[in-house]
Amino acid sequence: MKAVISVTGCDAVGIIAKVSAVCAEYQVNIVDISQTVLQEYFSMIMLVEIDRINSPFTAFVDRMSELGRQSNLEIHTMHEDIFNAMHRI
Amino acid sequence: MLKNHDIFETINMIREECLDIRTITMGISLFDCQSDDEKRLCTKIYDKIMYHARDLVQTGAGIEKEYGIPIINKRVSVTPVSLMCGGISRDGALNIAHTLDRAAAELGINFIGGYSALVQKGFSNGSRTLISAIPEALAATKRLCSSVNVASTKAGINMDAVALMGRVICETAELTRNESAIGCAKLVVFANVPEDNPFMAGAFHGMGEPETVINVGVSGPGVVASAIRRAGDSCNLTDIAETIKRTAFKITRVGQLVAKLASERLNVPFGIVDLSLAPTPAVGDSVAYILESIGLEKCGCPGTTAALAMLNDAVKKGGVMASSHVGGLSGAFIPVSEDAGMIAAAGCGALSLEKLEAMTAVCSVGLDMIAIPEDTPAEVISGIIADEIAIGVVNTKTTAVRLIPAGKAGDMVCFGGLLGEAPVIPVSRYSPAKMINRGGRIPAPLQSLKN
Repeated sequence: MKAVISVTGCDAVGIIAKVSAVCAEYQVNIVDISQTVLQEYFSMIMLVEIDRINSPFTAFVDRMSELGRQSNLEIHTMHEDIFNAMHRI
Repeated sequence: MLKNHDIFETINMIREECLDIRTITMGISLFDCQSDDEKRLCTKIYDKIMYHARDLVQTGAGIEKEYGIPIINKRVSVTPVSLMCGGISRDGALNIAHTLDRAAAELGINFIGGYSALVQKGFSNGSRTLISAIPEALAATKRLCSSVNVASTKAGINMDAVALMGRVICETAELTRNESAIGCAKLVVFANVPEDNPFMAGAFHGMGEPETVINVGVSGPGVVASAIRRAGDSCNLTDIAETIKRTAFKITRVGQLVAKLASERLNVPFGIVDLSLAPTPAVGDSVAYILESIGLEKCGCPGTTAALAMLNDAVKKGGVMASSHVGGLSGAFIPVSEDAGMIAAAGCGALSLEKLEAMTAVCSVGLDMIAIPEDTPAEVISGIIADEIAIGVVNTKTTAVRLIPAGKAGDMVCFGGLLGEAPVIPVSRYSPAKMINRGGRIPAPLQSLKN
């Protein structure tokens, strides 16, 4: 099973490091990262594997939202299937 | 592989354009709760609802968090309670109302539907008992919703029931006068009522439904309005219809996903997805604004019925392909008090009761959440009901009436929360009393020679 983590906000040093550190803490494996900085605006989409996650997925979602609040970023963690449902027939 | 553009589109729909799942409604059959002992009947009803729906709220919350899609309401609908009332007294029917309300409170759901009767051809003893208890039941409970089906295309219109419901609405308003007649916001009069509708206040668990079932109602007027605005001013109505269809498809796919997940996790069969555009009073979540983004100066102006007809049809066409089973009310809702654009249009006089009636001929539901003067006579309310019901019966569609007699014409009446607020709309001063008091039944309409 996969999930999508989207991160947007003002660019700063160490955003990817912070997000990756939380992934590692929860045994969440990063599969793909796509990241751009447009002017000062940072935007990243991370595709992660959650098969070996060591806590309930909802706890990971909460932890990521918390990280977003702390770092002044918008972080949304959503199960991949909602995107597949909407954009694939 | 997912494209970044798609991912951001989905996130934007949810965060900025108010996309949500409006309701997961669990239908529960009460047939096996039958008993001629009123106390035992209530105990069995309570136990059955609590057993089947015990995980409903928690499961909904889990899906909401994992998939990042807000699920606004979790609700329960039950077998029409009139079927349980055949052998019991009016007090017994009131006890059932309290029992349902208590179960809803303990489950943590905001509404429970099914305090209902189907009387399109006539009244059974149970229906009479239940309907006589409706005003007091709605006044004494917080979460109970009630509906009465007074007509169908096959049976015609039960005008005795129409006359009775006019009086029931007046009485309910009177008993809840201190709370803006809120009881009437939980009471719907139907023609051709669907048996699998997940939306309140008209939800009940129909006779042909399984023991338990999960029905899901989607929403997303804000998403459709934004898509039309993005399409720009230069595209024609063919393009607009296409845009609505595509958007409705995406919205409904999310509904289908949530319905499937809820059904699996609760181990309850999936029933239907209701493809509805259900507005809320929140800014940007309005069906009226969709119509205005198509190009109407104000919802209710000439052209509104045509725009709504196109919207309603395109929503269905897009949604049908996105879901394996579609049902319920499926269409655009136009509840006045629950839609910021409708409230504004009614407030400035662009939207009249007569225009709303015309609009209901081409869209889902009917005269919904409309505040009328509190001194409106019961016969006039019955006349309004009869007109609206006739539209449904002749056009083989569901129509409904949810009128709230509160305040004076021009006042603003506030119901709070999702029920919103509404300007009181004036009604005709002329009375249909003689016709209404005749009673009887209007025969079922001819289904051929359609002109």
